[in-house]
Amino acid sequence: MASITLKNVVKRYGFGKSTNQVIHGVNAQIGDGEFVVVVGPSGCGKSTLLRMVAGLEEISEGEISIGQRVVNNLEPSERDIAMVFQNYALYPHMSVFENMAYGLKIAKVPLDEIRARVDKAARILELGPYLRRKPRELSGGQRQRVAMGRAIVRQPQVFLFDEPLSNLDAKLRAHTRLEIQKLHRELGITSLFVTHDQVEAMTLAQRMIVMNDGVMEQFGTPEEVYTRPATTFVAGFIGSPPMNLLKNAPDAKPGTIVGIRPEHLDITAKGWSLNVDALEMLGAERLVYGRWLHGAGDELVIVRCAEDHPAPELGSTIHVTPRAGRLHAFDAATGKRLPI
Amino acid sequence: MEKRVVFRSRWLPWVLIAPQVFIIVAFFFWPAAQALLQSVQQSDAFGTSVEWVGLENFINLWNDETYLASFYTTAIFSVSVAVAGISLSLMLAVFADRVVKGALIYKTLLIWPYAVAPAVAGVLWLFMFAPSVGVVSYGLRAMGVDWNHLLNGTHAMTLVVMAAVWKQISYNFLFFLAGLQSIPKSLIEAAAIDGARPWRRFWTIVFPLLSPTTFFLLVINIVYAFFDTFAIIDAATQGGPGKDTAILVYKVYYDGFKAMDLGGSAAQSVVLMVIVVVLTVVQFRFVEKKVNY
Ligand SMILES: Nc1ncnc2c1ncn2[C@@H]1O[C@H](COP(=O)(O)OP(=O)(O)OP(=O)(O)O)[C@@H](O)[C@H]1O
Ligand SMILES: [Mg+2]
Repeated sequence: MASITLKNVVKRYGFGKSTNQVIHGVNAQIGDGEFVVVVGPSGCGKSTLLRMVAGLEEISEGEISIGQRVVNNLEPSERDIAMVFQNYALYPHMSVFENMAYGLKIAKVPLDEIRARVDKAARILELGPYLRRKPRELSGGQRQRVAMGRAIVRQPQVFLFDEPLSNLDAKLRAHTRLEIQKLHRELGITSLFVTHDQVEAMTLAQRMIVMNDGVMEQFGTPEEVYTRPATTFVAGFIGSPPMNLLKNAPDAKPGTIVGIRPEHLDITAKGWSLNVDALEMLGAERLVYGRWLHGAGDELVIVRCAEDHPAPELGSTIHVTPRAGRLHAFDAATGKRLPI
Repeated sequence: MEKRVVFRSRWLPWVLIAPQVFIIVAFFFWPAAQALLQSVQQSDAFGTSVEWVGLENFINLWNDETYLASFYTTAIFSVSVAVAGISLSLMLAVFADRVVKGALIYKTLLIWPYAVAPAVAGVLWLFMFAPSVGVVSYGLRAMGVDWNHLLNGTHAMTLVVMAAVWKQISYNFLFFLAGLQSIPKSLIEAAAIDGARPWRRFWTIVFPLLSPTTFFLLVINIVYAFFDTFAIIDAATQGGPGKDTAILVYKVYYDGFKAMDLGGSAAQSVVLMVIVVVLTVVQFRFVEKKVNY
């Protein structure tokens, strides 16, 4: 097993005038056996980062090490990693068994051991009955498990996942999420998992890297990312509905942005006055969309309250109070978190 | 969704397909029917007397040693053309798939030969290999090979195979290139992570995934070698020296129009027709079964 170290990693595509820099100096230290999720909106460079660790993309600048070895110039096969692709990339002309055994055969593992390892992986992933089938004869969920199996049998130092759950339906995705967690507990292999889904990120990650536009905005545990977002981007990306980022809050200092999550605003008798603009009933809770009454500027404020709380009337005035210690402040110019 | 046009008028659809039907009937069914008819008849060289002879033409063919020899020649020729053409174009397509800079020029150049008329291709190669004046035969002589396809049957066969392969490479190349580009990149990447070096990746992943294309091209190339190479052979060797490059189609032409044995020639055409039908059936059967990954 091994740690992963990224030092000032930069990625540029193209040459000369058409150079396009997509990763802007990422630094991160991923511990041995840790499960780290890379999350961010589409096109922010998550896959690119992962593929540089895998050795499928050249590293333009900086250094990536796996364990004690700098891997910049190593072939993917020499990095002792296994990867699960978004489309699974199963070899369509090989049976499930052959798919899982392919890497082992190349590594010249003796046949009995190949059988033993594949059988063990098949048992863990409940693939036993399908070993002789071709990938096209499997359901999406089964294919996904074969892709996982192919990674497991290699017993690599590092697992890399590129959105492996995005082709599954919601129910299966939730189930597979739990399976992956269980697998990681059992095998304890350092894992880097890319997703654009914040729920997936929050539930799977021991620590998570939030990326935006090729920049690492924050690297921390899900709790830290939720309770102490490092930038306005993180504050707006994690959480659903996202944090209210208010320039015109009654007690905001000029040049700062006040952040407050919708679930940390309580409807009270006194406090910030809002005019109710819209209501959404989500089942267990209700979202109230309000606008400022005090006239400093127009801004939408979302309030999340329990379903048993009486619903305010549309167009009526309500008062809300932020919970103690739940206010955040950000620099309006840089978007960085400020101490409160 | 299936797209369907419903015609109100009863005759408009017929009018619309009439040109196609006319062409197929006039240039395919009509000559085929004529060949079938002539193959059971015997006529003299001037076409003045026609006699019904049943299967005699076919029996004569069966007993004709030069016809059986022509079968053998055709087998050598078509297998050489198919194997050489397919392996060369596969190699070129693999390279083309990797080139980044100048890929367009490279591909265009490779597609050009397809635009050259077969007879012209035959003449081009004939010039290059002309025993006394050709560029290539000059070079070969310098290397100690006394090239003369006018006297040496093996040389003649090599020449027509080269010309035929050259002409067909573009076609094969396009299919292989399309086949290669339809293999997802992530498969190759997965194999690379699994530790397979390029050579191994090619033989264990790429080549098996191209096998439907390869099989399709094998049939197409054999059909091509059987039929479409007539002009090349006529221009380059006229079936010679002796009958060393007289493949079946050439013999059909020679026996029919040079030796004026119309019945025998027609019987040979019918045999060729049967071969095409068999190849086509094999192709469809196999493709249906094997292509669905
Ligand atoms: N081969 C390439 N050549 C040039 N630009 C590329 C190449 N691959 C990716 N990019 C660019 O790099 C940026 C990051 O791409 P990347 O695939 O890493 O995004 P992502 O975060 O994985 O997005 P998604 O969630 O949609 O998969 C994008 O703007 C993309 O256009
Ligand atoms: Mg991606």
